[in-house]
Amino acid sequence: MDATEIGLWGVPLAILGGAIRVSTPFIFVSLGEAITERSGRINLGLEGTLVFGAMTAYAVAVMTDSPWLGLLAAAVAGLCFGLFHGWICKFPKVNDIAIGIALMLFGSGLAFFFGKPFIKPKAPNLPAIPFGAWSDVPQVQAALDVNVLFLIGAALSLVLWWAFRNTRAGLIVRVVGDSSDAARAMGLNPNTVRLVATGVGGALAGIGGAYLSLYYPGSWTERISSGQGLMAVALVIFARWNPLGCFAAALLFGGAGALGPALQSVGVTQGYYLFYAAPYILTLIIMIATSSPTRSLAGAPGELSITK
Amino acid sequence: MTDTTNSAEAPAMLGARGYPAALEWVARRAEAFVIPLAALVVGMVLFSLFIALVGKSPVQLYETMWRGGFGSWFSIQNSLSRGAPLLLAALCVALPARLGLVVIGGEGAIVLGGVAAAAIGVALGGAPSSIVILAMGVAGMAAGGIWIGAVGALRHYRAVNETISSLLMAYIAIALMNQLVEGPLRDPASLNKPSTQPLADIYRIGNIPGMEVHWGLAVGIVACVLSWVLIEKTRWGFAARIAGGNVRAAQVQGLAVGPLIVGFTALAGGFAGLAGMLEVAAVQGSANGSLAAGYGYTGILVAFLARHNPLAIIPVAILLGGIDASGGLIQRRMDLPDATVLVLQGMLFIVILFSETLYGRFKAFNPDLWQRAS
Repeated sequence: MDATEIGLWGVPLAILGGAIRVSTPFIFVSLGEAITERSGRINLGLEGTLVFGAMTAYAVAVMTDSPWLGLLAAAVAGLCFGLFHGWICKFPKVNDIAIGIALMLFGSGLAFFFGKPFIKPKAPNLPAIPFGAWSDVPQVQAALDVNVLFLIGAALSLVLWWAFRNTRAGLIVRVVGDSSDAARAMGLNPNTVRLVATGVGGALAGIGGAYLSLYYPGSWTERISSGQGLMAVALVIFARWNPLGCFAAALLFGGAGALGPALQSVGVTQGYYLFYAAPYILTLIIMIATSSPTRSLAGAPGELSITK
Repeated sequence: MTDTTNSAEAPAMLGARGYPAALEWVARRAEAFVIPLAALVVGMVLFSLFIALVGKSPVQLYETMWRGGFGSWFSIQNSLSRGAPLLLAALCVALPARLGLVVIGGEGAIVLGGVAAAAIGVALGGAPSSIVILAMGVAGMAAGGIWIGAVGALRHYRAVNETISSLLMAYIAIALMNQLVEGPLRDPASLNKPSTQPLADIYRIGNIPGMEVHWGLAVGIVACVLSWVLIEKTRWGFAARIAGGNVRAAQVQGLAVGPLIVGFTALAGGFAGLAGMLEVAAVQGSANGSLAAGYGYTGILVAFLARHNPLAIIPVAILLGGIDASGGLIQRRMDLPDATVLVLQGMLFIVILFSETLYGRFKAFNPDLWQRAS
């Protein structure tokens, strides 16, 4: 068999490679959202943060010629968005879901506003590690070209999983998320903890955005995210607020997202748009399957408005 | 809003605290006008700072915005045309909001309503125009109603969060439209912009006499007034407001919360679907990618600015239609990106939501807290 002609085997291989490539922003956004939601707030604005992070990273990388400075700038921008959300939600009667929707529009608007001049130029990409170098088959090499951010994301989900159970900070976040009253009785200020948790969540979402514009798809356009930040929020519920679950779910979503392009690469063009919608459909199905009107979700933080 | 005075009939009488009852009457109602207007002004001031920071003149910007949106009869008609779909898109957010649901996927209902209407309009080619236009309206409303009604049903019967599911459904709807418009419904003659077959001219909806504004504006205003009557004056609206305040209380009262939620969300989606049908029948002439123009998302802002009051939606939709309409002029005259309007919308949205925290904080709006007049 000719090494470059692997026929239909290319589909699962492309899905595997795609899952690794596409899942990385999902990992970062969902881990960030998991931290935020564990503290008892929901930030739907991460979609806007993702887009703004993508623009910031790209713009800074173009100007400084360093993808790492771009990544840093995106994280700082995300941090600012998160802190803003955390700050404004501490006021009574300010709805965290509605503020999230507003920040979604505002973040995208700002990104489009400042991003206009950066649609043309080419920015340096974040590096990838060629785990597929042992193979002669180009498809295998392409599938196993793993970006460093994917590895960092995998490590981070492990660390967070451990930290939620075993560290003081992890316990503080969980107490605040489960009961503001209990937290106050312990002398903790729930608003401060949530401010920090939302800020960190925003920073991680910004990093996810940097991956989008600096690695895959690797350029800045206004349609760069199209709802990935929002799907990541849904994914956190599916993952039951467990960082390891977020990682697994992100891989699953990445695979679904890679389905359309993978089928197209072997010449299946029928129903392209429907395959493109696969991640959205999958999210919806998972939400329907895992929600229940009669019992509250296992592992849900008690203060979370979305599950009340 | 609690209203214990009966001063409407006798404005000269003094209230319990010795102030003119008319003054109390005004004070109680002033909050609902003063706070949103103040928030609007604060939002525009913040936006001026933003514009000044990027090195442009805020004065010139607002002057351009005024000229592009409301400065001439031509621009007013343009604003009204843009406001028309916003009326219906905002109802798609406001009606479920009265039940305590945050539905943000109106864009999906608009898109599918447009596709359904275009498909019916082409399929019934040859029939009398009044029947076809009616059928297109029904098809558009049905498609949008099923789409958002499903969101409501999932919410009530499966406890699926409606905010996320409605937005996911919007993305799915857009994919569905692309699939249909590129595939089975495609007009072979539409080359670089895939569309359905164009509607015959007799099936197009024209302008309101004396204006360059299509009938969609009238339809939207009627829909807003009817929605207001539904919410404020009927027993269904009363039940919906109870359920929106406290679902448990509504269930204890024996109200059928499930049908109420599905009914309200379906009606909301139906209005958005109607907006899609009007875009097809009055503006585009066929269903294509232009249906996903963002009216559904601007509609969210309109509904929140109007605090989900259908009558307040009418002026707010026209105001935002004007801001939308001025976007092109701002881009050309001031060399600012077209996203400038989006930034302004986002800022207004945040300030309006923030202003929610101010309700009930000012003594001036609550005569019960006034000191007795000496």
